[in-house]
Amino acid sequence: MSRYLWGLIPLFIFAALALLLNDGLGRDTETLPSALVGRPVPEFELPAMASAQDSYDQSIFTGRWSLLNIWATWCPTCYVEHPYFIELARSGVAIVGLNYKDNDDKARNYLAELGNPYTEVLVDKRGTLALDLGVYGAPETFLINPEGKILLRHAGEVNARVWEEKFVPLMADGMADYRAQQGGPQ
Amino acid sequence: MMTGMMPGTKILRRWLILLISVPVLAFAAIDVYEFDTPEQEARFRSLTQELRCPKCQNQSIADSDADISGDMRMRTAEMIREGHTDREVVDFFRERYGDFVSYRPPFDATTLLLWLGPGIVLLAGGILIVRLLRRANAAADAEADNEEDEDL
Repeated sequence: MSRYLWGLIPLFIFAALALLLNDGLGRDTETLPSALVGRPVPEFELPAMASAQDSYDQSIFTGRWSLLNIWATWCPTCYVEHPYFIELARSGVAIVGLNYKDNDDKARNYLAELGNPYTEVLVDKRGTLALDLGVYGAPETFLINPEGKILLRHAGEVNARVWEEKFVPLMADGMADYRAQQGGPQ
Repeated sequence: MMTGMMPGTKILRRWLILLISVPVLAFAAIDVYEFDTPEQEARFRSLTQELRCPKCQNQSIADSDADISGDMRMRTAEMIREGHTDREVVDFFRERYGDFVSYRPPFDATTLLLWLGPGIVLLAGGILIVRLLRRANAAADAEADNEEDEDL
């Protein structure tokens, strides 16, 4: 009897391995979990695209819900998602643009031709803030709550489906928490 | 096709020469990093081998041509020159890109199986082999005893 049980051990090991590895199958290995989710936006000071004398720092992310979109004219997917950002901006979403390793003139032309969905556009020529954010390409989009905390990092195109599935639920939760805090002491 | 006499050949040859020279141009674009000591340079070499490119995934930042790897090499070189330790450099990138960025993952609950797995498998295999050998020996001894008995 015990001999039969011993003989089954390889089968058990196989089954356990199969279960473990099956979990990894089909997993999206391209998008890495962000190390920054749940943490505040890193400190920075970057020039504004509108006028090189002006600069912005991390305080622009406090006091409102905002998106931070990393874009560039050399990034093909940025052209694809651009119309959706225009739509979002029209519906009142604050989107901060981070022009990543780009040419200023090209970037200005891009916004002039395709429209400007951004409330502010930061210029990150050397990619310093991008590096601090753990960005490894463009486009990437972060969701930031009114406390200036990063709730989500999305690598790749933002469209209606991604917006509904990934961004909206987090904002709804965040709003509920906020209301609970406001209404709590009463 | 006999195209040897056609004027197109000359143009074709020019194109070929141009194409052949492209890889040479690519190699010419190697970054230059300056260090104060050979020891710093050695540390840079080993660190860039140990850090993984987040964009191209299965390459170290030393191997990768991706833009982000170039930035990471530059930051690594900067931090080494500023006197940061290897640990500080790796932690800097880990804070931003997660554990993924290091080819040497930390030892914690999620990586327990990764670190101990091979040891456990080796140990189990070793125990199995010892047991099987003992059993085989015991069987062989018993057989030998039987033969001796028969001889007597």
